[in-house]
Amino acid sequence: MANLACEFVGIRSPNPFWLASAPPTDKEYNVRRAFEAGWGGVVWKTLGEEGPPIVNVNGPRYGAVWGADRRLLGLNNIELITDRPLETNLQEIKTVKRDYPDRAVVVSLMVPCVEDAWKAILPLVEDTGADGIELNFGCPHGMSERGMGSAVGQVPDYIEMVTRWCKQNTRMPVIVKLTPNITDIRYPARASKAGGADAVSLINTVSSITAVNLDTYSPEPSIDGKGTHGGFCGPAVKPIALNMVAQIASDPESEGLPISGIGGVTTWRDAAEFLTLGAGNVQVCTAAMTYGFKIVQEMISGLGDWMDEKDHASVDDVVGRAVPNFTDWQYLNLNYVTKARIDQDLCIGCGRCFAACEDTSHQAIAMNPERKFEVIDEECVACNLCVNVCPVEDCITMEELAPGVVDPRTGQDVVADYGNWTTHPNNPGVCAAE
Amino acid sequence: MANNPLTPGIAAGRLSSEVLDRNFADLHPPLDRHEALVAADRCYFCHDAPCVTACPTTIDIPLFIRQIATGTPEAAARTIFDQNILGGMCARVCPTETLCEEACVREVAEGRPVEIGRLQRFATDTMMARDSHPYERAEKTGKQIAVVGAGPAGLACAHRLAMHGHEVVVFDLRPKPGGLNEYGVASYKTVDGFAQAEVEWLIGIGGIKIRHGMRLSDGLDLDELIKNHDAVFLGIGLAGVNALRVEGMDLQGVDDAVEFIADLRQTGDLSNLAIGRNVVVVGGGMTAIDAAVQSRLLGAETVTIVYRRGRDRMSASRYEQDLATSKGVRIVTNARPVCVIGDGAVQEVEFEYTRDATNGLEGSGETFRLAADQVFMAIGQKLEDAPDVLQIEGGKIRIDESGRTSLEGVWAGGDCATGGDDLTVTAVAEGRDAAENIHKAILASTGTADEPPRHGIESG
Repeated sequence: MANLACEFVGIRSPNPFWLASAPPTDKEYNVRRAFEAGWGGVVWKTLGEEGPPIVNVNGPRYGAVWGADRRLLGLNNIELITDRPLETNLQEIKTVKRDYPDRAVVVSLMVPCVEDAWKAILPLVEDTGADGIELNFGCPHGMSERGMGSAVGQVPDYIEMVTRWCKQNTRMPVIVKLTPNITDIRYPARASKAGGADAVSLINTVSSITAVNLDTYSPEPSIDGKGTHGGFCGPAVKPIALNMVAQIASDPESEGLPISGIGGVTTWRDAAEFLTLGAGNVQVCTAAMTYGFKIVQEMISGLGDWMDEKDHASVDDVVGRAVPNFTDWQYLNLNYVTKARIDQDLCIGCGRCFAACEDTSHQAIAMNPERKFEVIDEECVACNLCVNVCPVEDCITMEELAPGVVDPRTGQDVVADYGNWTTHPNNPGVCAAE
Repeated sequence: MANNPLTPGIAAGRLSSEVLDRNFADLHPPLDRHEALVAADRCYFCHDAPCVTACPTTIDIPLFIRQIATGTPEAAARTIFDQNILGGMCARVCPTETLCEEACVREVAEGRPVEIGRLQRFATDTMMARDSHPYERAEKTGKQIAVVGAGPAGLACAHRLAMHGHEVVVFDLRPKPGGLNEYGVASYKTVDGFAQAEVEWLIGIGGIKIRHGMRLSDGLDLDELIKNHDAVFLGIGLAGVNALRVEGMDLQGVDDAVEFIADLRQTGDLSNLAIGRNVVVVGGGMTAIDAAVQSRLLGAETVTIVYRRGRDRMSASRYEQDLATSKGVRIVTNARPVCVIGDGAVQEVEFEYTRDATNGLEGSGETFRLAADQVFMAIGQKLEDAPDVLQIEGGKIRIDESGRTSLEGVWAGGDCATGGDDLTVTAVAEGRDAAENIHKAILASTGTADEPPRHGIESG
């Protein structure tokens, strides 16, 4: 069995599955249950500065997007940072870390953007024996209106400044949690690195409205007839998160900056994908909130089995494996030609490939009177839409045309050599250079 | 309880009321809203969907299922009713396993089709629970059409004609409208008086009068009908039953399965309905299955269906056969009755095994006897009361593809007419299409231009 133990910015945990800073990690009771279930670590729900506790709404805090059978695809929340007294949280963190020394306990923090505020809270956290801190520069709702959370995360200069304050005032590793509600994720990552961050974690939630009530015309979740934007998370945000993780992992300017992957991790497979795109571990929230803490057992067994199958002895062997294959569009091989192929034995005759191609694409699928569907190679641009809409796995596949074969669509021979846009004759950039 | 399944002879009250209630409850209970959403999500929204092709009324099934999935079951119901105004009954009684659900690509893929029938019921029940009728009549034409037979064909025809603005009078022999929906379908398929509720809802469109106690051979004259109306539609079904000429058919306890099914449907308290301890049903169609299953559900100790050919030749679907065996009915195939034995009342039936020969079925010479207190004959129905002036073909009124009979001004459809396969749903399709043709003929005769279709209704 592969060894799932990992070390992330010097913090050890028995597996790479941490619970993200969120409602599941708000108090000792929950965190103990998580550790008993097998989670490798937690990032404790964000603490704020000392003072009157945070106030939350007393109506619904979550909105949702569902798939079939009410399967939760995405969750939106408007809950703020912890609303429990600072002292209570610190005491509980200390107790939990004492009782679970092998688990990672990282504390999420969000205090006003003045150095004294950070100077005040850092020693208190250090005193708990916590393994590290995570700076919450990501929360997009409520706190951001008070100049914290994503209000900081959206300004790289602030990120760098606050990160530096923290690094100067604590011995603990500093992880900067990034907001996806920006234009280019690489800038805040670079700022984190410049400020001395030990790692970044991403993504925090995506600003969102999940639904509108068509009877009351209130955005959901509705608080007395009014709604506000919340932070979207869960399976639906995974593609956004994967891209942002890959962007940072492949950015030469933040090379070597460890990444904690967050965003829609629901199964071992999601976790493995984050790891291959450069995340050193993953943080999970929505899946646990949907199914309970027990899901980590599937994640552990699944990741372990896959690593065994692939002969990856440790998590480090996996981390970043897909990063070299993540590139810009301009470097994709334009001489790679594929055609859709329909396996007639697997085809159940639903005709969705035909409707999709005929109505919305390239008229490259023929339907004969016996409901037999066949690809017209002369028209097929290999867009993959038929593959994506086909309800039967592996029924439609994209098959590569061998070099030397004529592509019936273009009438040109398939070229064996790699050739991309940068050297393509149609690229005006190429012409200009000549 | 005085009687039980072992009580000899024919007796009522073999089972307690509670057990009877349970036995005759909805065979396929309605889907609740969430179940419907889950079931609807399984539909792939196929292009040119095979289920639509398989539906005799060509309901746009993927569309109505998508309308359910998006929370608009009433829009779904309109999609259904546009093509099949008896979509509520068809949702209950259609042999979907040999129609839409057999054609469903998920049946092909996994042997488990989308539950089209139950979804259709969900949609139609939702709309019918509203206290209003979804269609409006076109401007009145002043034309009068006679419809003979208030079964599925006649009702579908009447509704479509009324919608086009014509006045319709429906004549029927029985005291209640509905035809086989009311008298000929197993009770557990249409519970809680649905057949009557559906007719009431259907005639809610207005312009339809129903006259009872009248039939073509008794009180109704085709010539008179033609004279007094702008068109006549015959949906008279198959009112006669085929008889078997073997010795002992006159013994007490030898009954007609169609009558038994009708009696059962009209019996308020099933514990008053007598049934034999040992029941034998002769036949291989839906009537045989309905009679046999309901005999068991009433408390008969043994029920045996005997069919002269093999299982694959039974006109009852495999699903229905399995339903029967799951209720404890034994199905004996390749055997035909030789004689019914008894002294005043039936005691036994003697059968001979059969085999296929070049010139049809032949007896093998080997015989066996089944104990029987009651024998139900279910060997088919036949046309009765068809006026001599009409051309008959294969025992049915000959019609062309637009439902016209050989007689000018007279249309026919449903079980009494050629074509179709004696299903409620085909009767509805034929009634509807005949109505469209009648409407067209009336427009042509009055020189009125074709009016645009209403509510997206097609003639099918």
